[in-house]
This record gives sequence, structure tokens and C-alpha cells, in this order.
Amino acid sequence: MEDTIAAISTAMGEGGIGIIRISGNNSLDILNEIFIGKKESVIKNRYFHYGKISDGINTVDEVLVVYMKEPHTYTCEDVVEINCHGSIISQKKILELVLNKGARLAEPGEFTKRAFMNGRLDLTQAEAVIDLIKARTEAGFDVAVNHLEGGFSKVIKSIREDLLEVLAQITVNIDYPDEDIEQVLYEKLENDLTVINKNIEALIETFDTGRIITEGINVAIVGKPNVGKSSLMNAILGENRVIVTDVPGTTRDTIEESVSISGIPIILTDTAGIRETENEIEKYGIERSKSKFNKADLIILVLDSSKEIEQEDINILEHIREKKVLVIINKTDLDKKINDKIVKELIENVKIIKTSIKNNEGLKDIENAIEDMFIKGNIKQNGSNTVNNIRHKTLLNQAKSSISDGINQIKNIVPLEIVEIDINDSYRTLGEIIGETVDDEIIDRVFSKFCLGK
Amino acid sequence: MKLKECKENKIFMGEYEIIVVGAGHAGCEAGLIAARMGMKTLLFSINLEAVAMMPCNPSIGGTGKGHLVREIDALGGEMGINIDKTFIQSKMLNLSKGPAVHSLRAQADKHRYHVEMKKVIENQENIDLKQAEIVDLIIENNRVMGVVTRTDTYFTAKAVILSTGTFLGGRIFIGSSFYDGGPNGLTPSLKLSESLIKEGIELRRFKTGTPCRALSKSLNYEKMSRQDGDEEIIPFSFMNEKLEREQIPCWLSYTNDSTHEVIMNNISKSALFSGNIEGVGPRYCPSIEDKINRFRDKERHQLFVEPEGLDTDEMYIQGMSSSLPEDVQEKFYKTIPGLENIEIVRPAYAIEYDCIDPLDLKVSLENKNIENLFCAGQFNGSSGYEEAAAQGLIAGINAVRKLRNQEPLILGRSDAYIGVLIDDLVTKGTNEPYRIMTSRAEYRLLLRQDNADTRLTEIGYKYGSVSKERYEKFLDKKERIEKERTRLDNTYIKPEAINEFLESKGSTPIKNRISLTELLKRPEVTYEELEFVDRDNRPELAYHEITQLKVQIKYEGYIQKQLQQVEKQKKMENKKLDSNIDYSKIKGLRIEAAQKLDKVRPMTLGQASRISGVSPADVGVLMVYMEKEKRNGNK
Repeated sequence: MEDTIAAISTAMGEGGIGIIRISGNNSLDILNEIFIGKKESVIKNRYFHYGKISDGINTVDEVLVVYMKEPHTYTCEDVVEINCHGSIISQKKILELVLNKGARLAEPGEFTKRAFMNGRLDLTQAEAVIDLIKARTEAGFDVAVNHLEGGFSKVIKSIREDLLEVLAQITVNIDYPDEDIEQVLYEKLENDLTVINKNIEALIETFDTGRIITEGINVAIVGKPNVGKSSLMNAILGENRVIVTDVPGTTRDTIEESVSISGIPIILTDTAGIRETENEIEKYGIERSKSKFNKADLIILVLDSSKEIEQEDINILEHIREKKVLVIINKTDLDKKINDKIVKELIENVKIIKTSIKNNEGLKDIENAIEDMFIKGNIKQNGSNTVNNIRHKTLLNQAKSSISDGINQIKNIVPLEIVEIDINDSYRTLGEIIGETVDDEIIDRVFSKFCLGK
Repeated sequence: MKLKECKENKIFMGEYEIIVVGAGHAGCEAGLIAARMGMKTLLFSINLEAVAMMPCNPSIGGTGKGHLVREIDALGGEMGINIDKTFIQSKMLNLSKGPAVHSLRAQADKHRYHVEMKKVIENQENIDLKQAEIVDLIIENNRVMGVVTRTDTYFTAKAVILSTGTFLGGRIFIGSSFYDGGPNGLTPSLKLSESLIKEGIELRRFKTGTPCRALSKSLNYEKMSRQDGDEEIIPFSFMNEKLEREQIPCWLSYTNDSTHEVIMNNISKSALFSGNIEGVGPRYCPSIEDKINRFRDKERHQLFVEPEGLDTDEMYIQGMSSSLPEDVQEKFYKTIPGLENIEIVRPAYAIEYDCIDPLDLKVSLENKNIENLFCAGQFNGSSGYEEAAAQGLIAGINAVRKLRNQEPLILGRSDAYIGVLIDDLVTKGTNEPYRIMTSRAEYRLLLRQDNADTRLTEIGYKYGSVSKERYEKFLDKKERIEKERTRLDNTYIKPEAINEFLESKGSTPIKNRISLTELLKRPEVTYEELEFVDRDNRPELAYHEITQLKVQIKYEGYIQKQLQQVEKQKKMENKKLDSNIDYSKIKGLRIEAAQKLDKVRPMTLGQASRISGVSPADVGVLMVYMEKEKRNGNK
């Protein structure tokens, strides 16, 4: 039987609605595992059902689902479609959940390929199907793999390198028992694998789907007193849906609020002003502010358009030079004593936005800028990026769980060739992420590392 | 050569159905199985003393290789039976690891191995064994029709199997001297290569080597450590239950700084570094100068001194092959403890020979361009007696089946190491003499030596290579194992009978009665240990039978997981690709993929997916193409 495949089938991005499509034998089983209907009713063929998608603990989204029994479907297989809210996060979360329940992420053009293979499309469409596979592959999959962000693929390669060392050692022990080569010690093997798994975990955590999507973007608003920080914060809050309310800091020096911009949670922090002071309490507040904006993904520096740049502004600038910065020149309704040129002389490579928060001017520009810097760059850039992110994360999780299995086997002192199966699985899975298949790498490593032979 | 030319210029000497060229380990299996399957067969050897000759190491089996021998046996081949008749030491390797990689290896009496195999062939119906050098093939319309001998005679045949080993274009290297020669001082086959090239078969050069042979009486074993065989001998062949034999020890010694110094001081004199050798040697059996040169940090290299047989004083110095001049050889061997007074009777040498690119073969081992020409062994770019025998057996079976218009026997990568070996050769090709390793198999846990018969004997019976006697013996064994499994499932043990034992093993005591199967699932509990609670009904089972049960029970989860992967892969393996596809015309295939597919001409989609340079997207395009062709055909 063919495996069950899934993908987001609506155009990627903010739409009114998103559809996750699942096709294959297990479609209905997967739906039943994650869908909570309004009533305790059975899902019927070709009926829309209203309910919630749940990961077992939390509700992910409110959805409408439809199940279509084979053969009268697009792919001629059992098909499930989950209609959810159009936000990227919602679609991604549901797709990830479906994949975790055993579906495989569809390859480019795979639904259409199945439709053709199962006789749904006629012969004249064959070429079109081939074009689709090819075009989609070139547009997304392979290209994205080849152009993977250098850092990411470097880390994967280095983890694979570590696994390759372990595999070569195991292989030489199994295939050359007579040779004068040290045996793999289970204790060392367990340690090595534990370290490798920590590295994989760390990689999973750094994923944009990991932190930025689930935890949001940390934005710190800084500036000397009375430049309009609080009004800016309130204005942004006013425009957007507030997710969490006020979490006051212990000394009321910082205030955190979360809002959603384009479906991504933004955690706004209004910090206390930073200035030289002898006051102990104020000093403490300033220290906290500094630590806050050290953690921030983005600093919004607010300047007062009606005043010249002062030493205090420059002091703040010194603290944030290393960060991603958005400069707001506020109070443009008053005097215009600061312009872009002055700011650019003080700090390079920043986006500058002029606002008059009092008059509700420039607010949208701020939101757009945040979107440009984070959301578009990371997620919305094109559809295939999102798909690849999900794909990578799913594979990383698989790789991690194979190694965990291997570690458990080591603890149970099962034979080496069984442990090897798990390690090899993990090695292969990591290879899939960067588009490398396992050929003779292990054997090559064995011969280059060990002196063997009659 | 054309048949007409033969008729005019050569002497006709006979008509056969199958002719095998070369009677080494591949040729013997090919000839025997063809004859046993009822074909009138002729087996040629350039010298009848070379039948089943072991020109290198005096042993059969080892990791991966031992598995091959068990598989050859399960399919009705001769190697397992012959080594069981002639071994002088037997050892199960890898016992410290799990049962999937236990590997049997036996030291052979080389001369007796040759004699016994020759006797079997001489006594076999339907097969003639003749001494002759084959210098040409008779080919009409791209189909092989017979062979021509050096003495201007010719024999016709419907199919020919080439298994020429290191004889084809053989050239010996010792130090700076080199000459045309075959293994073991025999004459090489020099004319055939030229004829093959004329027929459009491309040849290339591979290289291998062997260490010196020394007289046992010149060695001092007190300075070496003794290596004995196993007390309980486990036979290679499924046809043998129990074997008892007096065993001969091997000996272990090590090189040292002086050895390395002699070699490094003379390394430029090695044929390997002389530039005279063009052939590619295998990485897994480098010469001692190569080892020392590449691994300079290694303080010592081990060597085994192994008997060549019972009726000879010659010993094989394993681990020390070389192509250094003879005086240097003597000098460095003498630096080794126990070898101080070594008397070398045959020097170490390197040998270069002609072979084909196995990508020119179909999975059935038939040549892609010349019909009914099958190829096996070192001629295909492999290395090792066992690898050769495995291919010989399959080439033999498939030549017979081809002549009978039956589908070839294609073993999958999940069926057998033989399947892995052949698939690797004909799909990926090889840049060095190919040796089997257990790590080449994706489904190592399924491809064990204990279950080789379970995997293959039924198939062999269906394809005509397994005798009724063997098949029935297999069915009995299968029933014994199944019966014992049922008994283990249904025999329950009470807590009071077992808890003391469990606690002594650090295993959790049980509260309620538990079946033997459940107990055996615990990693720390073995079948043998449970005998004390299970004395009355326990049947007497052979090692392989017990192993099969153990693996079944202990690693059920992993076996299931691998079986699922196999099932998934099978879908791809079952999709057949036509051999005449014009890949350059398939729209959507990348050029690299189309070229590779054109060269390999895979038989199935599964095979196509394993070709390097063919991406998953290319496979998707192929699938759509196949569906399109299918529907076009149905119209």
C-alpha cells in the first residue's frame, strides 16, 4: 500500500482560509486522532464536520473537516481536508501534527502524480504531470536543499560526521572481528550518542518554527524618558489583538505585552529609560532593562523629533549597536530636528520610520517593517520555505528519536548490530535533509580509518 | 569469430548446451548446477590442477563471506558441502556480538578441496571437464554460439559462461620484475582478451596479491600465540548435521619496528610504487608495504600463520602480502618473532588481470549486448572465492533458465547477500575488486546465516536448483523450528521455579506464571540457561535452529520493522522497466539521470532508484512515464 501523504494545499501566506490535505489509507485514522467534533458523532463520507484540532493537550485551531472515501476523490485514495484559519502558524501546526501521526510530507506534485497513477487523470495530462513534478521540484525542494542556509547545513554535516565515526567503528568491529582493532565500548558509545542527540535537539530548538513561531518575537522598546515609548506600545496594542495581558515586572520597570502581527506573536517590552544615575533603585531597574534588550530579537529605539540628539540617546545607542534595530523618529507633528542623515551617522544599517503616534501616523509602517524583518524573511518568503521547514523539523525529530532508541538498546545491552540499525537510520534521515544519500560513505570511512586486510 | 569461419578453419569437437570457461570457484558452481538442472554441460580449465584452486588464503567463509556460502548451499550449490569435507579448522566468528553477524569460517586443506571438488564434477552426470585454453568465442548476430580452443578446435553451445578469474591477461609482479603469468605459477590466458575486445566487450585491469608460503619446520611457534578452532564444529552445509574432526591450529604473530624499518627503507623497490602496475587493487587487502606506508602511526600489524593442508609443510602468512623483491621479503619476514629462520618456498606476488565493468551485465548476469553470454566471478570485478561461487551459481541457473525460456532467478537485496552482491555490481558498478561486507546489506538482521535456507531453499526448489532431498530436509527443519516455537509459547513457568535464577541475573522477578517465550524476550536471559526449568520436553536442535528461534523471539520488533521497510521497497522492485526504453526521449528526466539510466538499463524501478545520479524526482517522472506507456499499450 502507498503511504499516506499530507501537505498544505492552499497558497502559502495569509489567506482567509487554509487547507491541509491528506491522502492515503490512514487519512481517516489520522483525522480521528486529532479532531474533536462538536458532538460524539462519527465522521461521515462527504460531510463537513465542525470541531477542533487538538494536539492532545491544547486546541490548535477551530476547523471544518471533510472526509472523502476512495475512489471518487482527486487522488482516487481516501482524502481528508482540514479547513483551518488562514494563519501560517495554524496551518503549520496542523500539518506538523498530521505528520507526527504518521503521514509523510508530500513530495512536489505528488497529489497530482497519484491522481494520474490511479487513473484519475487521462493520458493527455501525463506530460503536464511530469512538468508539475519537475517544476515544483526545481522551484522548491531541490533548490531549497541546495541553497540551505549555510549554517544549518554545516551543523547537519557535522552531526553526520560524528555519526559516521561511530558507524565506522561499529562496522569495522562487525566486519573485521579478527583485526587488531579496539572494540566499541557500550559506555563510550552511549556517551557519544548522548552528545550527538543533544546537538540534534539544539538544532531543533533553534528552528524558526520552534521559537519564533511558538514563542514569538521579542521586541524591546527603548529610549530616553518622554519620547513616547508607552504611547507607542499602547498604540500597537490598540491596533492588534492582545493575547496575554499585562505581566508587570517586580519593580514596575518593564512591562510586557503580547500581540499578534500577521499571525506571529510579538512580545513587546517597554523598558525603563537608561541613564547614569546614583539612585540604587533606579540603577537596578536600568540593569534589568539592559538584560531585557540583550535578549530581544528586535530593538525599537524611539527618538524625539522635537529635540536635538542628546548624550542620553547616544548612550542608549552604544548599548544596542550589536542588535537588530528599528529607529522611530516620533513626534514629527512637532519640530523636525532629527532627520535620517543624522541618525545614519550615529548607527548604520537601520530602518528609520517617522511617526506621530499622537496623530496615529506611521503605525502601519512599524508593523510592516517588523513583518518584513522577521515574518517575510523567515516564513512568507515563499511557500516552499515553509514546507521545507516542516520537512526538516520532522526529519530532525525522527533522527533524534532513532538515536534515543539506540541509546535505550545500549542500556539493555542488546548486540551491536541491532544498535547499529538505529544509528544508521538516524544517519540516513539526517542525510535526507541535506539531500545526501548513503552510498559507500561508511565503507569508505572504514578503509580510510582502519588498517585492514590479509 | 563467426561460425562459418570456424567451420572452414577449425576442428569441430562437440556440441553442448552450456559451456563454462574457467573452473575456479565460479566455474565449478556454474557447471555443476547447469548439469544438475539437466543441461549437457562442458567445463573448461586451462589446467585441470586449477579446478577449485585456492591460490590465495587457505580458508572459506568469514564475515559476509560465510553468509554467502550458507546461501550458496541453501540454493543447491557445492561450496558448503565441499568445505565441510575438507576443512582442517572451523571457527564461528563474532560470537561476542549478536546472531545476525555470527560468521562461520573454516581453514581448508587446499589440495583436498581441489581434489574433492574435481571428484564431484567427474562423478556428476551431464558434465564433461576438459583441459584447454579458450581463445575465442563464436558469435553470430550478437548471440554466443560456442568457443574456440588454442589448439584450433571448436565446441558449439547455446550458452557460454565466462569465469576466467585472474588467468585472463594475468601478469605477475615481484619487485621490479614482471611477466605474463597466471596464479600459482600456472600459464595465463592471453589470447581471449583480444577476442573479447574485438567482439565489443570493454575490459579493464584489476589487481590483487598474495603473501609468501613458508615451510612450517622453519618456524618457531613458541614465539607465536596459538589459535585453535571451536570445540563444537558447526557445518557450513544444511545437509550436514554434525561433524567431528581433528583440527589443526593457526598461529598469531606481529610485525615490529624492525619490520617497518626494512620495508620503509626498501619501499621504492615495491612493484606497487614502480609504476608498472596499472590495475586497481582492493582497499581491503592491501600489501604490507601499503599498510605500513599509509598507517605510519600503527606500532604493529598482526599476521596469522595458517596451514595450507595436511599433506604439505607449507604455511600461508596471512596479513603479509607484498610485491617487494624476494631478498627484501626474506629480510622483513625474518624480523618477525617466530619467523627468524623462515624458509620461503613461494614468494609473495601481485597479480594483475582483465575484467569487465559489471554495469555491462543484466541482473541475471547475462551480457547486455551478447545474448546467452553469462559472466561470473573475478571477471565481473569481484574478489574472493565465495563472491565468485555465488555469481557462478546464479549465472549457471540463469543460463539454464534462459535456454528454457524461463524468467531468471533474481534475488533481492532483502532475500540474500547474493542479491546485495549482484545488485551492487550491476547497478552501482565497482572501482576496485568488490568484496561483500555485512554493512553493504540494508537488512542485515534478516540476512542471517542461520536462516539462509528459510530464505532461499524454497525459491531454489521453485527455480529448479534445489534437489528434492534437500528440499525435504529443509521442510523437516522448518517444522522442527515451528514446533519448538509453539512449545515455547505454550510452556509456562511458575514464579517459584524461576525467580531465584532471575534475581541472580539481575532480572526482575515475576509475579505470575510466564511463558518461556516471554522469558526469552528479556535480553539477559538465554535459551541455553533456561534448560534447568525446561528439561523434560526440550528437543535436541542444531545450532542454526536454536539461533533462528532466539533471533525470532529476541529481536521481533526490529525484524518487523525491517520487514515493513522491505514491503515498502518491494512495490518499487515489482515495477518492471522495459529494457528498450529510450531514456533520452523521456521529457522531464535530467540529462545526468537519463545517461545513467541508459548505461545501467535497470530492470525495475527499485533498481533505477539505487543508481547514483537518479533523484527521487527522476523516479517520479519515470513512474508517470511507465503508467503512460502502460495505458498506451492497453489502447
